[in-house]
Amino acid sequence: MASEHVLGRLSPFLDDELDPVASREVSRHLESCPECSAALARQRELGEGLRRDLEYHRAPDLLRARVLRDVHAAGRPDRARWAAAPQWRWLGAAAGIVAVVGGAWMLTALPRERADDATTREAVSGHIRSLMADHLTDVASTDQHTVKPWFNGRIDFSPPVTDFASAGYPLVGGRLDYLRGHEVAALVYLHRKHVINVFVWPVAGADGGLAPAVTQRGYHAIHGTRTGMAYWVVSDLNVEELAAFARMVTAPSGKP
Amino acid sequence: MTGPEPHLSPRERERFDECVLPYLDAAYNLARYLLRDGHEAEEAVQEAFLRAIRHFSGFRGADGRAWILSIVRNTCYTQLRRRRAGGEVVEFDEETHSLEEELSAPEANLARSMAAASLHEGLGQLATEFREVLVLRELEGLSYKEIAHVTGVPMGTVMSRLARARKHLRVALGTGASEGV
Repeated sequence: MASEHVLGRLSPFLDDELDPVASREVSRHLESCPECSAALARQRELGEGLRRDLEYHRAPDLLRARVLRDVHAAGRPDRARWAAAPQWRWLGAAAGIVAVVGGAWMLTALPRERADDATTREAVSGHIRSLMADHLTDVASTDQHTVKPWFNGRIDFSPPVTDFASAGYPLVGGRLDYLRGHEVAALVYLHRKHVINVFVWPVAGADGGLAPAVTQRGYHAIHGTRTGMAYWVVSDLNVEELAAFARMVTAPSGKP
Repeated sequence: MTGPEPHLSPRERERFDECVLPYLDAAYNLARYLLRDGHEAEEAVQEAFLRAIRHFSGFRGADGRAWILSIVRNTCYTQLRRRRAGGEVVEFDEETHSLEEELSAPEANLARSMAAASLHEGLGQLATEFREVLVLRELEGLSYKEIAHVTGVPMGTVMSRLARARKHLRVALGTGASEGV
């Protein structure tokens, strides 16, 4: 085989896509042709460079959550109305505000929690668990009016649910989770692709503001209480922004 | 968006989770390289998955990856056409197309002289069709047959397109201008 023919076949040769006969001919030629061998080396280098230097873009959490939501919705026999709603545009839409009246959900209070290590550990574990594929949300919706009623009948309290999209913290959905052996509501928010879990459960007479952030395994957790609810806000987001978000979550009437 | 309401039976849902969902990363990676914009890529991938759900009952094959990637690439090309609409549309031509932008001679020389241009920048200068085969081959590790399936062209075309893509990339990087491949 002449050099010009070999040079024209180096690309499929390198990819192991030549038929056996042609491949053998190329190999034989390469043994005796330094120029073609050098060209092959350059080709190989280019491929290695691409595989080494080009970033493999993994799907961002926000996209993953949205695709999973669509799949969940499509698999539901009683497809909910929001499943077919136009995507993405909500990002710019200002969130409505639900005034949250505190105190009504203290009927079945869990034992009063302190911002202790065990709860932090469990909240962080819950956060990590939620990031595993397909378990971020049980109800995937950016609509607080969908997420809030979803908890009805699933837990015996009604967690305050507010979308903070207008402040850059869109609501993505909610799910049931367990902390310290109790069922709690987990609300999922996103901020610049960081997932934030907000664990909520009722505590009697709690109105104690926010505790300083605690860091465990690279995640930050902030504990707060407000009008009868205990909150754990967990994320890998930086402490400043997470604290700002925690302040919104625990603000009177949950205003962004 | 048109077509029936996306719906999956429980069995389809299970198969979808098994055959298609694992390739969400691959889908995003391809869209990201084709559209070269994170936000547009997210939009395209979500739309592609909605289409995939809608047409999943018609999916009989075993290769969910090639299937979803072909939907993703079609969605991306539609988006690219839309993006170009209004501007002049340059149809891709296997033989004559080299760099995506029609560079004037001085610009082309300048581009060539930038030997230090990163692979990423070099890749960005290629026509979408060339960038696509390189990503599918080098990053996704697909065979020519699988690439043919994704891109909807014959295997022979995949072979020549990849060879050309590599040549153009070397030219863009300023490392292969003299090579007669």
